[in-house]
Amino acid sequence: MITTKTILQPEVLEAVVVRFVGDSGDGMQLTGTQFTDTSAMFGNDIATFPNYPSEIRAPQGSLYGVSGFQVHIGSVEISTPGDNVDLLVAMNPAALKTNLYAVKPGHTIIVDTDSFTKKNLDKAEYKNNPLEDGSLENYRVIQVDMTSMTKEALKDVEGLDNKSITRSKNMFSLGMVYWMYDRSLEHTVDFFNKKFKGKPHLIEANTKVLNAGYYFAETLELIPNAYTISPAKMVPGTYRIIGGNTATAWGLLAAAEKSGLELFLGSYPITPATDILHELVKHKHFGVKAFQAEDEIAGVTSAIGAAFAGDLAITTTSGPGLALKGEAIGLAMMVELPLVIINVQRGGPSTGLPTKTEQSDLLQAMYGRNGESPVIVIAASTPANCFNFAYEAARLALEHMTPVILLTDGYIANGSAPWKIRSVADMPEIKNHKVTEIKENWSPYDRDEKTLARNWPVPGTPGMEHRIGGLEKDRVTGNISYEPKNHEEMTHIRAEKVRLVENNIPELKTEFAESGDLLVIGWGGTYGSLHSAVKQISDEGYKNIGFAHFNYINPMPKNTEEILSKYKKIIVCELNAGQFSSILKTRFPKFEFSQHNKIQGLPFSNDELVQQFKLLV
Amino acid sequence: METTTAVKKYTFKDFTSDQEVRWCPGCDDYVVLRSMQKALPEMGVNKEDVVFISGIGCSSRFPYYMSTYGMHTIHGRAPGIASGVKLANPNLSVWIMTGDGDSMAIGGNHFIHLLRRNIDLNMVMFNNEIYGLTKGQFSPTSLIGQKTKSSPYGNTQPPFSPGELALGANARFFARIGGNNPKDMTQIFIDAHKFKGTSLIEILQNCVIFNDGCFDEVTDKEVKEDMQIFLEHGKPMIFGKNKDKGLVLNKLKLEVVTIGENGVTQEDILVHNAKEEDKTLHQMLVRLEYPLATGIIRSFTDVTLEEREDALTAQVKANSKFKKTDDLFFSGETYEVK
Repeated sequence: MITTKTILQPEVLEAVVVRFVGDSGDGMQLTGTQFTDTSAMFGNDIATFPNYPSEIRAPQGSLYGVSGFQVHIGSVEISTPGDNVDLLVAMNPAALKTNLYAVKPGHTIIVDTDSFTKKNLDKAEYKNNPLEDGSLENYRVIQVDMTSMTKEALKDVEGLDNKSITRSKNMFSLGMVYWMYDRSLEHTVDFFNKKFKGKPHLIEANTKVLNAGYYFAETLELIPNAYTISPAKMVPGTYRIIGGNTATAWGLLAAAEKSGLELFLGSYPITPATDILHELVKHKHFGVKAFQAEDEIAGVTSAIGAAFAGDLAITTTSGPGLALKGEAIGLAMMVELPLVIINVQRGGPSTGLPTKTEQSDLLQAMYGRNGESPVIVIAASTPANCFNFAYEAARLALEHMTPVILLTDGYIANGSAPWKIRSVADMPEIKNHKVTEIKENWSPYDRDEKTLARNWPVPGTPGMEHRIGGLEKDRVTGNISYEPKNHEEMTHIRAEKVRLVENNIPELKTEFAESGDLLVIGWGGTYGSLHSAVKQISDEGYKNIGFAHFNYINPMPKNTEEILSKYKKIIVCELNAGQFSSILKTRFPKFEFSQHNKIQGLPFSNDELVQQFKLLV
Repeated sequence: METTTAVKKYTFKDFTSDQEVRWCPGCDDYVVLRSMQKALPEMGVNKEDVVFISGIGCSSRFPYYMSTYGMHTIHGRAPGIASGVKLANPNLSVWIMTGDGDSMAIGGNHFIHLLRRNIDLNMVMFNNEIYGLTKGQFSPTSLIGQKTKSSPYGNTQPPFSPGELALGANARFFARIGGNNPKDMTQIFIDAHKFKGTSLIEILQNCVIFNDGCFDEVTDKEVKEDMQIFLEHGKPMIFGKNKDKGLVLNKLKLEVVTIGENGVTQEDILVHNAKEEDKTLHQMLVRLEYPLATGIIRSFTDVTLEEREDALTAQVKANSKFKKTDDLFFSGETYEVK
């Protein structure tokens, strides 16, 4: 096995974006994940994004059956999966056709020439073979007979059928890419040993093909040199690559352990939130009770029941599901029970763009219920910090006895990045308001003076039997009350309770210029795109640009106004038609907010942001 | 799960709340309330372990009138909330109080899935074949032709039979009882509590304002013995003032026969087996119009959802290397940055 480079000194690059694309059956997700893990262990900073077709088993070779995995690795801080790619690995004509737009001119494309048959070219709607008609002359195209070479490499391995042989050609491409970027094969070989334990012929086959690809790249004159990307400067510690939805699920596990409560999840499958359910159902060993309900409404109502009975209660969904849960969230707000609602946003409205990303559920989260119905709204901003904000959602729900909506989105939920592992021992304390001691004139709506959180007597506690409900209640006794002034007062109490959360959250921070000409504002999953665009401008010498990213939306950090007043111009960037900026305009009418909005189901590109910001500085 | 603490002694007064009951005078709901308050002391359950969950409707005011734990929730959704309560704390005795509209119209989906899952909780459905709280519209159990505020020329939508719907959804326990029969109702509540699995009790509840007398033909004191057959497990299916009528199976139908006529003897009468898994006969009994079957029609003990979940959890816990979340977080593909 090769672990060290034997030829040319490789050229050093700061960062590189690689995209692996092929048929959904070509194993591109696995190939991408292996390249990611190997690079992570090498010490690079990383961001990835998968791109699946929405069809489960799309016809082979078809344009809509193309599956991809993009990874951005660097020796510098990496905050997005990258816009344009330095290397495209395309396993068939359809994959080339649908991804060519993303390749930087002059950069490299590796194709499996064996797949460029008349049949596949027809399926990809190519009139002429693009490898022959000169249409790719602006790129460095490396044509490899990958399928035949894979077959050749495996001719002596016994016990393999044709299908297994063809399937392993993705490892040939991975071997080539490993050589090109000076990576060791060790991690992937270890992976084969674990994955195919007890199937030595599969271990042998995959290892052979991986090596064949590596050697082929080494001896191939078409690849003029190899590159390397040095390790990034990262905070020392133990890391793992984590996806946003997994991080969300793990944050909830950590919160349950820290708070000493059992975790209850009531959920109904919906793209792109389902992976949180998939993850939590695995963890029965921690006592997780994950209940797949008959619909979105039963998902949230079962969680409300569990909260009444004393569990840390969660429901997970995406935009259409949040709409269905609205009435029940209003109930949880009214009876003042702790409840975490996670909305992994997708393109809307209605069924919209289920597999694409958007930030268009913000106003729904804020106001999508009947009556005056305030809840806490927070948003995660990177795949890894989904862990922190899921934990934070649980902490705030329990400490303030109210529903909390956590907004993530398809982009950070499906993306992955290095996560410096947090031990539960290092996480902040989580208090709760359970009571067992009966005081005189006791009521379920007795409140904590500082937070206005009510106490939380749970069924099974002797002497604390009580009834709660969706009807308005008397401010003191908690009994049903239709008294006009009482209703107004209760409305104010519920609003004040959420406002007081500002005393329990961190202040808003700015990055780059602390004051100056332009403040770039974002919230939620756009952090990576905005951060790298502002950084680029700042690095280019525009030093009067600052960046403030919101994770706390309702309530906002106490120092928000102070920050806003430090800049001449403010631009609010969102993947919607201007929802957060409308909140800011109402809340801070003395400031002018310009907007940059995008509603294409796609994240911001670096170029569009840089261009936009430069117009303002 | 059995309670582990010693059970206190109660009387019905211990379950009465300080709230003024606001149902219409003469409503059967009062009968249900008092029957429940009388049944609870007989159940062998501590008061703090009893939870009433309701949706919206006249019957859904029920939890406010009990001195136990309770939640008055939103229309149709009590089954979800009650399921969450029970799954969170299996030691609780959980009761869903609902009506025909709450459970079978807006909450129809939750109703069938609740019965399918077989969580150990109880549902009392007050069926008055009308919407009372919204002042008199037809419900999913209103009859064709019934004139209501929303069907002034007569209802055109065919009704559900709650029992048929429930058995179709695989209900393991189904009982039906007249709203004017507190004695048997009390016993059914006790039996439902003792039954492991989801119990559904349909109350034929008269609405004195919007659908008065809708069940008179079968529940009126004068006729009830002739028009109802009160089923008891292990006993022959005999009814009538003179205890001379009975049910036999004639080909694929239930038939009413008179003992002593045409050579019919008591030996020929069917014996009720509520505990039988095969629900064919239970379905026939549920459908029967004359006599109307009341009492516990089906009471088949099956594995509950909690039992399945508990067994799986125990198995996973025993085999897992993950005891704390740290074990999970630091497992697998981790790497060090120095």
